[in-house]
Amino acid sequence: MAKLGELAGLIRSKNAGPFELTIDILFDDAGAFERVRASGVLTREAVAAIYRLPAAQVKFFVVPDALAFKASIPRPRFQSDVLDSDNHGGQQYAPLIDIEIP
Amino acid sequence: MTEARVLSATGVCGSGFREASLLAGIAMQPHFIGCDAGSTDPGPFSLGTGGTAFPLRAIKRDLRLMLLAARRAHIPLLVGSAGTAGGAPHVALFRRLIEEIAREEKLAFPMALIHAEQDKAYLKRRLAEGRITPLAPAPEFDHATIDRAIRIVGMMGEEPWLRALDEGAEVIIAGRSSDCAIFAGIPARMGVDPGIAWHAAKILECGAAAVVARPSPDCMFATLRDDHFDLTPLDPALRCSPLSVAAHSLYENGDPFRLVESSGVLDLTHATYEALDDRRVRVHGSRFEPASRYTVKLEGAELAGYQTIVLGSIRDPYIIRQIDSWVARLTERVHARVAEVLGGDAEASRYVFNVRVYGRNGTMGPLEPVTEIRSHELCLVIEATASTQEIATTIASMARHQALHLPIPEWRGFITGMACPYSPAYIERGAIYRFCVNHVVEPDDPYEMFPIEHVKVG
Repeated sequence: MAKLGELAGLIRSKNAGPFELTIDILFDDAGAFERVRASGVLTREAVAAIYRLPAAQVKFFVVPDALAFKASIPRPRFQSDVLDSDNHGGQQYAPLIDIEIP
Repeated sequence: MTEARVLSATGVCGSGFREASLLAGIAMQPHFIGCDAGSTDPGPFSLGTGGTAFPLRAIKRDLRLMLLAARRAHIPLLVGSAGTAGGAPHVALFRRLIEEIAREEKLAFPMALIHAEQDKAYLKRRLAEGRITPLAPAPEFDHATIDRAIRIVGMMGEEPWLRALDEGAEVIIAGRSSDCAIFAGIPARMGVDPGIAWHAAKILECGAAAVVARPSPDCMFATLRDDHFDLTPLDPALRCSPLSVAAHSLYENGDPFRLVESSGVLDLTHATYEALDDRRVRVHGSRFEPASRYTVKLEGAELAGYQTIVLGSIRDPYIIRQIDSWVARLTERVHARVAEVLGGDAEASRYVFNVRVYGRNGTMGPLEPVTEIRSHELCLVIEATASTQEIATTIASMARHQALHLPIPEWRGFITGMACPYSPAYIERGAIYRFCVNHVVEPDDPYEMFPIEHVKVG
């Protein structure tokens, strides 16, 4: 087992406009990317569970040319609205780091 | 064979670039210099206040270097989304900076201003016609939203840029624009395949962001030919790789394969990335599907209220272990004090009281999966948001006093349970704003929302 954060070159989150949040999981080498892809652990449903959303609200992409996975979700709060805590959306990825990959 | 050469100065005007990189780009004989100056990333304040996210001195430094380089090379300079939000005050500000630089450097040239701030009567008419439709997710948008909005801008496509050039402009300062439209219009009109032109534009609008590792913002150069483009970073220390360029298509996009523009969709599904050497990358296969209906995205902000905050910290482990119930008791007491002090004031009836607990879940709020507090201290941001600054400060001041002396069962007697670094403890944040629209308009043509004003500089 390894944590996703140990296998990925970069895990990041960011606004995709003021109303959507997007999460990128990027790999430096094809081996680690293929290992995660083959594990079947990193899925739309896994992302939905972390952000407590119905799976239908999660856009999920595998981007082999970029050795990347990507997920986009509706922002929990619209950017900079009174109770939003992350104007740039840049620190919402942390729970993904600990996903265990066989 | 068509060859279009494009120099992007940096990802955001005001974020900076190496002067040596800009000059190296000029030596490669670009057809124009482009630079994006805007973003919603800093939040709605720029739309709300008319201010900029980057400091004016930093913006002026970038504008001066770009303007001098473009004038010496006799090529157009295209700057889009002026002043972060691209509304009327932002375009006026950039115009003033350009005129100052022209005076200081003894330059003269024809300039076009392309306006993007939208007339409220126009938007109401299009809304009534059913020609304003929501994207997902979107807030409610009706006549009242339009009335409440401080400022709504449209995001222009490439067409107004090309028209301004055709009408004789050599420098263009535009309001809110599609970042890519700044860079895509000229190469596509020169005969480059539109898929290639828009994909190159998507890379160029972020300056050097598509390199393997970018220590600080810098320029990027693209050479576009009929069916491919080559990327060359201009700082010799930077390099692009097929992976870094492919990965860039993910950045700040909801969908990594399909990027929606006013005039169509850039489809990267079949794009291929090839290393030309250890720092240049060639891209093939990107496609552009023309849209069946032309749409213009709107961005707008409204006043969310006035805010006053109190910063405090807690070191007492007994308070830390009961922080959730401590915040709940504080909140209850603050609501009770507001009722006692402001109860007769209708203006004060709508306020938001919020306590952010850093060290607990300040960053992720209710989505935070970690429940155990591992820190020996917590930071609190106590916030009051109300319809006037005076009410917000009244509530925040009362909250400070309630928080200081809120009792806990472990201690008998009068406690002081929060440390405040500042005197006065409160900080007035002034007006705060929220984004109030995520919709598109279907105009009659790509120009009606973006009037072009020609001015003679110098």
